[in-house]
Amino acid sequence: MVGALLVILLLGGVVWLVSGPLRRPPEPPEGRDTGRAGLEAAREAKYREIRDAEMDHRTGKLSPEDHERLDRQLRAEAIDILRRLDELGPEPRRSPPGSGSV
Amino acid sequence: MGASLGRAALILALGVCVYGIGAALYGARTGRREWVDSGRRSVYALALVLTVCFAIIEIAFLRSDFSFDTVAGHSSTTTPTFYKAAAVWSSQEGSLLLWVWLLSLWSSAAIFITRNALRDVVPYATAVLLGFGAFFTGLLAFMATPFGTSSPAPVEGVGLNPLLRHPSMMIHPPMLYSGYTLFTIPFAFAVGALVVRRVDAEWIRAIRRFALAAWLFLGIGVLLGARWSYAELGWGGYWAWDPVENASLMPWLIGTAFIHSIMIQEKRGMLKIWNASLVLATGTLAILGTFLVRSGILQSIHAFGASTLGVPFVILIGLLVVGSIYLIVSRREVLRSEHHLDSLLSREAVFLLNNLVLVGLCFVIFWGTFFPLISEAVTGSKASVGPPWFDRYTVPLTLVLVLLSGIGPVIAWRRATAANARRNFRIPAVFGLVTLVVLVGVTGDDRKPWALGMFCCAAFVVGTVGQEFYRGIAARRALSGESPVTAAVSLVSRNRRRYGGYTVHLGMALLFVGVAASSAFQASRDVRLATGQGVDVGGYRYTYVRQTASVIDDPKRTGSILDLGAVVDVTRGGRHVTTLYPSRGYYPAPDASQGPVGSLIGGEATSHVGLKAGLRRDIWSAIEPDIQALQPLIDKGNRVVPAAHPDVALVVLEAIAQHYRDSAPPAQFRLIVSPMVTWIWLGGLIVLGGGLIAMWPPPGRRVRARYLARVGRDLKRAPTTTAV
Repeated sequence: MVGALLVILLLGGVVWLVSGPLRRPPEPPEGRDTGRAGLEAAREAKYREIRDAEMDHRTGKLSPEDHERLDRQLRAEAIDILRRLDELGPEPRRSPPGSGSV
Repeated sequence: MGASLGRAALILALGVCVYGIGAALYGARTGRREWVDSGRRSVYALALVLTVCFAIIEIAFLRSDFSFDTVAGHSSTTTPTFYKAAAVWSSQEGSLLLWVWLLSLWSSAAIFITRNALRDVVPYATAVLLGFGAFFTGLLAFMATPFGTSSPAPVEGVGLNPLLRHPSMMIHPPMLYSGYTLFTIPFAFAVGALVVRRVDAEWIRAIRRFALAAWLFLGIGVLLGARWSYAELGWGGYWAWDPVENASLMPWLIGTAFIHSIMIQEKRGMLKIWNASLVLATGTLAILGTFLVRSGILQSIHAFGASTLGVPFVILIGLLVVGSIYLIVSRREVLRSEHHLDSLLSREAVFLLNNLVLVGLCFVIFWGTFFPLISEAVTGSKASVGPPWFDRYTVPLTLVLVLLSGIGPVIAWRRATAANARRNFRIPAVFGLVTLVVLVGVTGDDRKPWALGMFCCAAFVVGTVGQEFYRGIAARRALSGESPVTAAVSLVSRNRRRYGGYTVHLGMALLFVGVAASSAFQASRDVRLATGQGVDVGGYRYTYVRQTASVIDDPKRTGSILDLGAVVDVTRGGRHVTTLYPSRGYYPAPDASQGPVGSLIGGEATSHVGLKAGLRRDIWSAIEPDIQALQPLIDKGNRVVPAAHPDVALVVLEAIAQHYRDSAPPAQFRLIVSPMVTWIWLGGLIVLGGGLIAMWPPPGRRVRARYLARVGRDLKRAPTTTAV
């Protein structure tokens, strides 16, 4: 009897948990992914690469000339990413983390 | 009640998996976020339900509830509580439950962390993770249930296999399985990314962290397994190229390759097909590893139970392989490289070579591990290859790998110039060569070329990593004027990936120094000694001073009933070095067929190693007492003790132990002097530290935003038409 009650409780808890999003008013279908998040991640990776090159220069792995050339190249690539981000327009307001989803 | 609840919970877990797969895929196809979220919550629900299942079985073990078949088969009232808790995963069904429980926990963490990222990829990743969950809960529900019961319940259980009564067994399997299950997360995200044709920087950022965590956990698991083998199995080694050991090493090697080559994709957009192949292979090898541990398909000292689960596992692995190949072939357009290798003198080229060596190592191990099955399929007879075969190929490859781990940190990305290479390699190369020359002089006639080569390469790595830290700290001090310690801390905390990685390389170099030294310069003897006799091993004198015997007073607290051992004095040049206490524990038999006294000690026996560990060398000993010499006394005890009086049997056993203490027959000893084994464990700890540094989350959002703003300002000042 107690066992059956525990099973029902567990089942109820699971149903409550997974059906939570379905009990909310339906959201409009998500638009096509614009790739903004990917570009933002690429931008961060490129910035990190610029910092790494600077570090390589400071620790003697890159000569001043090599660093200057590499830095120019990396910055040009970063600017290209920023331009592509600008082309996407202003960032749409994101739903706050955790609003309706965990 | 517990068993019924557990069975119902398993069915519920399977239902949650099936529902979650459907909800996630439906949400992905229709773009309906609420269904995707419901699928995501199914992963959390799976974790909840499996936690209930695991708690039920854990409580049953701790309470010695022998109505559970698995408890009766793998625990007993005499098993110490510490080992009762760990006995859950000594059984096949318990270990599968641990696997899927950890999968559900790690999957929940991954799905939670990525809840606002990769929105098109996550639903497919969720479906794949729940697919793995469905497979394992299905096995548990229908083929290997941990909730099978017997009525009436036996009054006593068989007990935990004595070999598993070692502290590292408490954490080794959870670590290993955490590694395996964490590797399924990059696998799942790779499948999702390939399905939606999106293998961009965000995807890399998301999976890198999980791949690194998997790599770290699996590495710790492998090392703990090696430690267990060294301290428990009584043969004196830590690695035997056993199929189960190999199964855990293969995904780790491919995972190592992936962690390096994904950096090339992140920086240069290259090697996308290669990286996708590596991450899918790692996930598949993780399942293969689980299969080898649990199936009993290959003979292994680590496979604690044969099973009938081979067919479902083979089907799953077949599906993973075919599905992976299909995804990569059908998505080859999006996986095309954006750049080409600029120069063979670049970090990309070194990483590529490191990848080829790692994959080569994995192939050698795969071939050697599955050779018995391959030979049986081709010739009809099962043949296996031993450690010498593995050593022939893995030793030179590992040497190259260690050398590359020294070259990688000091060579520049894209294109290094010869002048810079000379400047950066001069000091480490001199350090490595000086080490080689000194060691050639020290080792004299006892030269071992491969070991000396490893010491030279490891010294080179230590040189490169040391140089990197020194230069980094100097650069930091020049900028900020900080003290050396503060500068070191700031340097590492601001460049965690870089310096965490260097620390890992340093740890691996030290680990391989330990492996090379202990393999090449080990001295070992198997001898039969009577009390008072001694023998020389590796410059040390081992003397069997006296015998020991105890009843229910196991010094290692593993629950052995009888413990027969020795006090061994070790001297060098007449000077006392240490005293060792090797012993062998005897455990109860699963039934009473050996008589009241014989059954008390008629089960499996295991060695308790006597070990004096040190940075320079380990002095190791194991004993195999002549238990047969006591058989007449045991037989006599069986005749006089009534069957229903175990307390009387214990009194008789105590008398037998006293007899052994008074006059023991000669015992067989294995005595080993093994240099620098401790370096393996220390190297492992350094690798762990480095891995944690590299994995540690980047600075908070505000710090990052400030930094991004600074780089952004710098970029505005940069010329826009200067691309080279």
